[in-house]
Order: sequence, then C-alpha cells, then structure tokens
Amino acid sequence: MTPRQKRFGLIGLGLLALGVASMLVLNAFQSNLVFFFTPTQVANAEVPKGRGFRIGGMVEAGSLTREGDGLTVHFIVTDLAKRVPVTFKGILPDLFKEGKGVVAQGQLGPDGTFLASEVLAKHDENYMPPEAAAALAKAKAAGAQSSRTLVIPPQ
Amino acid sequence: MIPEIGHYALILALCVSVVLGTLPIYGAAVGNSMLMSVAKPAARGQFLLVLLAFCCLGYAFAVKDFSVLYVASTSNSQLPIQYRLAAIWGAHEGSLLLWVFILSIWMVAVSFLSTHLPEAMRARILGVMGLVSLGFLLFMLTVSNPFERLIPAAFDGRDLNPLLQDPGMVIHPPMLYMGYVGFSVAFAFAIAALLGGNLDATWARWSRPWTTVAWCFLTIGVAMGSGWAYYELGWGGWWFWDPVENASFMPWLAGTALIHSLAVTDKRGGFKAWSVLLAIMAFSLSLLGTFLVRSGVLTSVHAFATDPKRGLFILVFLAVVIGGSLILYAWRAPRVGLGGGFSLVSREGMLLTNNVLLVAALGAVLLGTLYPLFLDALDLGKISVGPPYFDTVFVPLMTPAIFLMGIGPLAQWKKATLPALALRLRWAFAVSAATALTLPWLIGQWTPLVSLGLMLAIWIVTTSVVGLRERLAHADGGSLMGRLAAVPRSYWGMLLAHCGVAVFIVGVTMVKGFEVEQDLRMNVGETSTVGGYTFRFDGVREVQGPNYTAARGTFHVSQDGREVTVMYPEKRRYTVQNQTMTEAAIAPGLMRDLYVSLGEPVDNGAWSVRLYHKPFIDWIWGGCLIMALGGVLAVSDRRYRLAWRRKEAEVPAATQMARQTIS
Repeated sequence: MTPRQKRFGLIGLGLLALGVASMLVLNAFQSNLVFFFTPTQVANAEVPKGRGFRIGGMVEAGSLTREGDGLTVHFIVTDLAKRVPVTFKGILPDLFKEGKGVVAQGQLGPDGTFLASEVLAKHDENYMPPEAAAALAKAKAAGAQSSRTLVIPPQ
Repeated sequence: MIPEIGHYALILALCVSVVLGTLPIYGAAVGNSMLMSVAKPAARGQFLLVLLAFCCLGYAFAVKDFSVLYVASTSNSQLPIQYRLAAIWGAHEGSLLLWVFILSIWMVAVSFLSTHLPEAMRARILGVMGLVSLGFLLFMLTVSNPFERLIPAAFDGRDLNPLLQDPGMVIHPPMLYMGYVGFSVAFAFAIAALLGGNLDATWARWSRPWTTVAWCFLTIGVAMGSGWAYYELGWGGWWFWDPVENASFMPWLAGTALIHSLAVTDKRGGFKAWSVLLAIMAFSLSLLGTFLVRSGVLTSVHAFATDPKRGLFILVFLAVVIGGSLILYAWRAPRVGLGGGFSLVSREGMLLTNNVLLVAALGAVLLGTLYPLFLDALDLGKISVGPPYFDTVFVPLMTPAIFLMGIGPLAQWKKATLPALALRLRWAFAVSAATALTLPWLIGQWTPLVSLGLMLAIWIVTTSVVGLRERLAHADGGSLMGRLAAVPRSYWGMLLAHCGVAVFIVGVTMVKGFEVEQDLRMNVGETSTVGGYTFRFDGVREVQGPNYTAARGTFHVSQDGREVTVMYPEKRRYTVQNQTMTEAAIAPGLMRDLYVSLGEPVDNGAWSVRLYHKPFIDWIWGGCLIMALGGVLAVSDRRYRLAWRRKEAEVPAATQMARQTIS
C-alpha cells in the first residue's frame, strides 16, 4: 500500500466509525427523549399514546390520598385550568407538598389517570420547577383563569 | 468595614490582573524582558489580594455579619461554624470567589514551579491566566458581588440549603474547582505555545504534570459529588446523568483524552495540534460547567442560584474565551506541523482510537445536556433526555476503549503487529473470557451486561499483569526487587490508574446487576428481608439537632440470626426554611452497602421506608480514588523532578529510560 492509499484507508475507517457512532447516538437520543406536557395539553388529548412523558403543574391542595399499603398515593396535578389525576407507588421526595410545584414522569392510563413512575424532586422550598411554572403561566395566558379549583395561586 | 476591605481587595486584584494580562504577553511578543518579569510579582500580588478578599468573606460568615447580603442569604445564626464557612461556596457569588481564589493558587504554583521554563513562556502562561481571572473578577464586581451590603441588616440569615449541610459538601466544591481551574494551566500552556509558536515535545513534558494533577483533583471531585448524591439525596442512586453531573463529567472526559494525547506528544512528538485542541476543549468545558451549574440555567437539583441577568455576561465571556482561543488555534496551529508517521496498529494508533472514543462519548453527553436547553431557549418545547440514553450510548462507546486500554500499553510505538500482540495476550484473554462465562453464574445470575462488565475488569487487570511481567523480564537490575525498582513511577502510575478503572467497572457492574431495592410500609416490630439481611423496624423517636429536629428510626439488621448492625436513618426538619430532609443510614462494607432511609409516617407509628442492598457499591468511588492515586504516582516520576531541578529541559538519560512507556 502506498502512503496515499493508507491515508485514504484511515480516513475512510474514521468516517465509518464516526458514522456508526453518530447513528448509535442519534438513535438512542430519539428513543429516549421525554417530552413535557401541561395538564391542559393532557386534557386536550395532545399527548402521545403508549409512550412516557412528563407532566408538571401544582399539586392541588387537599387532593393527596394514601392507600392502605402506605406507598400508593393519589393526587391531582393542575395548571389552574385543567386537572389530571396522578397515581404513584413509592416514596415521595422530601419537597413534595400540596400547593407546591411538581413534575412527574410516567404514562397515561386508559382511564385518564397519569401513572407516574417517578416524581421528580427539586431541592428548594420556594423553587417552582420551570416546567411547572411554565405550565401555570401558559394556562393563565390562555385566559383559563376561571377554573373552579381550590388552589391558592403561587406568589 | 471588613466586607469593604474585601471588596476593595477584589478591585485591586482586578487592576493587577489587567497589568498581568497585558504587559507580560506584550513583553514576550516584543522580547522585552523587563515587561516579562512583571508576570511573577503580579501573579503573587494578585494571589495575596484574592486571599485577603476570601478571608474577609470567611470572616463575615464567622461573625454572622447579616448586613452582607450573601451571608444573610446563605447562612444562619444557628448554623454550626464549619457549615458557615462552607457556605462561602454555597451559592453563586461565593463560588465565583472560590473559583478566582483557586485560580490564583494555581498561578502562584506556576510562578514558583516554573524556573525551568524560558522566560517568555512563563510570561505568556501567567499572562493568559491573568486574562482568565480578569474575566471572572469583572463578572464578580459587576453583576455578582459577594460583598454587597443589605441595608437594613437582616435580623437573621435565611440559612444554607440543608442539602449542603454535610461534611462532603465542605470539600466537594473545592476539589472539583481545583480540577476545573487546574485545566486553566493546561489551557494557558497551550495558548502560550500557540502565541510563541514553539509547540514541541518539551512543551508537552512541561504541561503534562500540571494536567495530570488537575485531572486527579477533578477525578476526586466528581467521585465525591457522586458519593454525596448517594448518601445525601436519600434514594440511593450514585449517578443520575443530571446536567450538573454531566457538567463535571465532560471536562473529565476531555481531560482524560488530553493526558493520553500529551503522552504521545511527549514521547513521540505526535498529536501536537490535537493536544492543544483538547487543552482548549477541557478548559472551555470547565468554564461551561461552572456557569451551567452556578447560573441557574438548568432545571436541576444543584442549581440553587437563579438570576437570568447574569446570562449575557456569561455568554459573552464564554464566547470570548472559547471563540478567541479557537481563532488563535485556527491561525497558528497549521504551523505546528505533524509528528512522525505511524501505522494504524501501533501504540499511537490505539491512543488515537481511545481519544476518538472519549471525544465521541463527550459529544454524546454534550448533546444530551445542551439540546434540551437549546430547545427551551428557542421555545420549541420542553424535553428532557433520560438516563437510558446515556447508558445505551456509553456502554458501546466505552467497551472498545477499555478493550484497547489493555492492548495499548503493550503495543510498540510506530508499528506493532497484531499476531504478535495476540500471542502475548492470549492468557489474559483466556482468563477474562473464562471469568466472564463462569463468574456471573457463581454470584447468582448470568446476564450479558454483568458478563461484559466483569470481562472488561478482568481484562484490564490481566493485561496489566502481562505488561508488568514483560517489563520486568526486560529490565536490568539483577534481583526482582532491583528490577521492580527500575520500573519508572510513571509506569506504575499508569497501571494503578488503569486498575482503578477495573475496580470502578466491577462496582458499576455489581450494583447494576445485583442491587436489591425495596420500598415498603413497615409497622413497629415488623421485619423484612433484603439481599439476605433481615431488617427489624423498632420505631421512631424525636431528636433535637443544632438547627433541626429529626425523627430518628431504629433498624436492627441481622443475617442468619446474628445481629450485624443497628442503623439510624433520620427525617430532619430544618427549622429556618421549614424544609424536610431525608438522612439515610448506611452500613458500608467492602462487599456490600446496606442502605435504609425513611419515607413518610403512615399511621400508628408505621412508616414507609426504603431498604436497599447494594453489592460492591463502594468500589465505584474506590476505583476513582485509585485512578487519582495513579495520577499522583505518575506525576512523582523522576523525569519530571529532573526537569524541575535542571535548567535545561532535555534530560537524555531519563527520557531514554522512559521512552518505552506512557503513563
């Protein structure tokens, strides 16, 4: 092999490796993107079926109930326009509170209940997850203020 | 008064950094040695000023001066002294001061340990570091001044985030920043070499120890961050692919690639332009990491500070540093020239492949970290990239890299032959393959990933043994002890660091493959068995801490009827911010950790609890520690000490001896 051929061989090999790596990365990327939806979007059925996603908003005050096993909890996430019931089995993070912001990841069940596999912990008392804040702001902008929930709006 | 002194010291430091960033570099360009000689005293003067500012802030925290806004917002009168001092770097402003302080420590270190460097080189290096500190000081003094007054003074402080009230948090940020900022030395060396146009093997030899030391700090820093998440966040994970973790991991990947590429530049004169690019990359990613974490652009567990108005300054600063150095690179790098040629199958070839794989992994992490931010900034929707993405990308990218890690150190420079390598490594391969096939069965269950992980770990160890044996066989020195002593420390360092990777892989494999996690409700007196250990819940009682009240649970753990340990997990309520915090109880061990944390009270004294059995998890951090020790050992090699002691950089005997090795 002449040095020239060798160089071309090397470059070709490098490009091939790069191509394979990019394909791998982008493929994994595509299949692991988790989209975020607001309760309004969930209520309007804009969410993908059979695929996980995140919802965010506020935990409606007084909506938290616990089953006898001590682990399964039910609560309602709202953006002050629409409400989505959520079921989660597991231990809630420290900062989960009624009337505070929350982001949950999971799938929509057949009865319209969001089955959360994960409730995300954000570590600051006054901190509203940006997604949750955005959901509230979006619903507000849509002029859907007149919902009949008992939630105190965030300060 | 004291905070004003600190503020004033920062302004003076800014003035000094202007002088340091201009005169010596200009002096080096025109060959004026008087201007160049400004660099050393200026660097030391700046250090003293920043030290003064740092002490002033520390003093304000120590005496609870709540008329300083930053003190009032990150500490409290009930906070114990060690956490009040650690609160210096508990939020944005103080972190920046810590950053500049550590940068000036590195500058002083360079000013004292650079007597062997040509004067122009030293002037340029310190000048570049001065310019970096100029940017940070300007940032602090304009938009995030830690000494800003709060008038009228607060009656009491808002307290440090309870998550940060932990011994790990006292040392984790300084360690991490020592690593981040340490790459500024490698960066300054690279920029100085580009400015001076003298990129050669001696340049690589000078910058190698600095880079390795920074890498060691960063390794420890990242490992400590992971350990902190494990025991402090209360859900037992050790790595979440959280953007903040990625922010510290990306410079580590770039730095790892850099120390390997510098080895080639040092020994063979190759990869010069690539090494320079990696040095720029490592430091740019360090800057990016600092700002990502501390500016609050991320939705993440670590981003405590939120202030978008700083964003503009940050973007401009990043653009100037990264853009400026890349333009300089594009302009000067073509003059550097290529090193000697090499065949694809050679040590250079394998190191190159390793570099490409590391950088590809880096790119994948960068994509997963920044893409959601871009989409959000452009208002195209909110997404997040889950941990499965990183896992699926990392395993296939790192597997060949680790496989090559076994072969590379045994391959000849310039040209090696595959059949000969295969012959030398046949035993190592046989042992690894046999272990991979049988060991998982013996532990419990055979799965492809456990098998792969164990094979890679054993492969690293066995190839290291083969390499060491061959080296001893060829070394002269008579007795075994003599021959062992003749092996240079940089070689031992490399072996140790590689074995650290093996230990790390064992930890990850065992945890991923065999951990048992159980969330359940437990009544008082109830028992539950996890991973062969029986946990008995003996109820919860109130305890009073210095600035919190806690519910402390008692768990008696036994194995085969024999009591192993008693564990006391806590649920704390920090009074000032009225914030709850889970404090897990961990019984560590070489072969397994037991992990208990309290969820919530249910009824009649029953609680929801987490019981985890984590086999070999401490190996993860142990492996990182071993890697860092390997780096320390490599830096202590004789050839660097000789280079330090003698004025001339070329030390023929030492280079000859070490020519056969990389570390």
